Amino acid sequence: MAEPRVFRMPSLGADMTEGAVLEWFVKPGDRVHRGDLVAVIKTDKADIEAEVFDDGVIGELLAPVSDEKLPIGTPLATIYDGDDATPAPTSAEVVPPPTAEVVPPPTSAPPPSPPSAPSPPSAPSPPHPRPSSATIVLPTAEAGRIAASPYARRRAAELGVDIGSVVPGRPGHPISADDVERAAAGAPVIAPLPVDQASAMRRAIGNLMTRSKREIPHYYLEDDIELAHAMAWLAHYNERVSVEERILPAAMLYKAVAVAAREMPALNGHWSDGTFVPGDGVHLGVAIAMRGGGLVAPAIRDADKCSLADLMIRLRDLTARVRGGRLRASEMTDATITVTSLGDRGVRAVYGVIYAPQVALVGFGKVSERVWAADGGIGIRPVVTATLSADHRATDGLLGARFLSAVTRHLHHPEDL
Amino acid sequence: MSSVTYREACRQALRDALQRDPRVFLMGEDVGRYGGCFAVSMGLLDEFGPERIRDTPLSESAFVGAGIGAALGGMRPIVEIMTVNFSLLALDQILNNAATLLHMSGGQCNVPLVIRMATGGGRQVGAQHSHSLEGWYAHIPGLRILTPATVEDARGMLWPALEDPDPVLIFEHASLYGASAELSDDAGPVDLTRAALRRPGSDVTLVAYGGTVRVALEAAEALASQGIDAEVIDLRTLRPLDDETIVHSVRRTHRAVIVDEAWRSGSISAEIAARIMELAFFDLDEPVARVCSAEVPMPYARQLEDAALPSAPDVVAAAQRVCHG
Repeated sequence: MAEPRVFRMPSLGADMTEGAVLEWFVKPGDRVHRGDLVAVIKTDKADIEAEVFDDGVIGELLAPVSDEKLPIGTPLATIYDGDDATPAPTSAEVVPPPTAEVVPPPTSAPPPSPPSAPSPPSAPSPPHPRPSSATIVLPTAEAGRIAASPYARRRAAELGVDIGSVVPGRPGHPISADDVERAAAGAPVIAPLPVDQASAMRRAIGNLMTRSKREIPHYYLEDDIELAHAMAWLAHYNERVSVEERILPAAMLYKAVAVAAREMPALNGHWSDGTFVPGDGVHLGVAIAMRGGGLVAPAIRDADKCSLADLMIRLRDLTARVRGGRLRASEMTDATITVTSLGDRGVRAVYGVIYAPQVALVGFGKVSERVWAADGGIGIRPVVTATLSADHRATDGLLGARFLSAVTRHLHHPEDL
Repeated sequence: MSSVTYREACRQALRDALQRDPRVFLMGEDVGRYGGCFAVSMGLLDEFGPERIRDTPLSESAFVGAGIGAALGGMRPIVEIMTVNFSLLALDQILNNAATLLHMSGGQCNVPLVIRMATGGGRQVGAQHSHSLEGWYAHIPGLRILTPATVEDARGMLWPALEDPDPVLIFEHASLYGASAELSDDAGPVDLTRAALRRPGSDVTLVAYGGTVRVALEAAEALASQGIDAEVIDLRTLRPLDDETIVHSVRRTHRAVIVDEAWRSGSISAEIAARIMELAFFDLDEPVARVCSAEVPMPYARQLEDAALPSAPDVVAAAQRVCHG
């Protein structure tokens, strides 16, 4: 039987260091294909649906559903090649890890009493999801093990409680005997403090932004874009469609950015190991504020190729899922350039911090009526201030200026977007 | 009942032993004319004479060796070493002779020797005079290690120690000599084999001995006001350890904090934690916690010494951690 491949805790963004398995969509024996959603991973920022990168059959789920955070790279499941349905490694194939060689220490002390009082015969023993040693990669040998005190495990066995179903009363602490007894009594567990989640979010944002400002030499450009024609065109478009199909100005602005990014590939991609790696498409990160504070910037893949109507649909979907806390892994990692819009918050311009390892971020202020000089006269026109924050390692101001000009040009021809 | 200091209780124990058995004698530095470095043997020279209350030269190795010889010769010597700090000069006699001769002689030569010494810090006498090395001695097979923490034990441990056919070391915490408590007028020998439950409780077990017992009791009072019901165990004997009392308590409380004035690394607190793990692992709801002295030579300055020693607030904090996380 072939060595299984290992599905590991994915990195769902540069700011992620660990995550918890909130839900499995698959079980041992399920056939999976590259790109299938297999689990919901809880990160500091959001609950994200993670995709698998191999074709095959799920062997073992090494990490049970738990709030326990596991470092990136922790084995979560084994995946076997196509025909090896529900294989389990036999002991002959397994090289025991050093920890498996448990030799009872010689001691003159009296032997400990049995680990548990006789439990009812019907009581199921708590599951001990032991990763098979063949899949263990140091230093994550403890992955998948539920953190519970010895006494909690004993009580769980005595009370017939599945230790995997017990939620720690103290966030970040191992399961205690009290937690087991609460679970056995069916009493609600003490909910983890929301402040922890909020502070974890702030910490994650703080780490990423600090890294960005430390590592990326930003340069900033700004330009005012006159939108009289664009807004008129949009109003006309919206009059002809149902309310649900109406397009917000933001979608038009984002589409213009996506098309401009396709034309200026030097701003669309990642800075990695001292060189610029162009994106494999324009995957437009959209900064979305979360309920209760914080923000995420999931990507709309191939935004430049969507029609305006499609982009609007995907923007709505994304916003709803951010607010609901469900994002896909690829959405969190794929963005090649990000837009942020504080338009509805009433500021004129926003100078953003680049979302590493991307090299550019475009900001839009509110669309407002301003005095505008054009064609030798003065008029009142809708205007938006667009800004570009760009990584000077990857590009120079001249290219940035051409990029903002391209955005302007596209917004002057909305019918082509 | 009358109020008696720990020092007086030690003296009563000496007087009782000297009266009970003509083979008993006391020797050590300044035990006679000066009345003892901590005034424990004050007046005994007048009462029992220079044959039985013997001042020795400043040579711990010599007079501990002499005590071993006297014990082998049929006497029941009580050797006082001024403090544990100076016992290091007699360590070879204690370890290689007193603790080992029974084994080396194929069981022919018991060494019925009792060595008393003061131990511990907290008196602002500097790094060389503030050690708590009783845990080291508890490492040695062939010795019994006693740590009286109360006036009853100060009064009652000496005689059964003398009745033991093998060497016994008694560590009197120097900060306890002035402490007083009620002592029954007919107080006498006590059992040496069992640890004592000094305060019953249900939430956490505080394991202490000697000078740290009162620290643990003070902490238990403070914890009670916070709704944590702490049990306090006084080990009394560090070798052999009374595993049963410790484990029995931990099986009820599921949490333990060990309070030890010695340095943490390689200490008796480490031994106790290991035994709790060996004997009561499946009863533990939290890792065993320890409150020990800072791993530095004991500072001379009062504030620094206070900070280095295990304090009741330290114990309270450790107990809170294991009870509430």
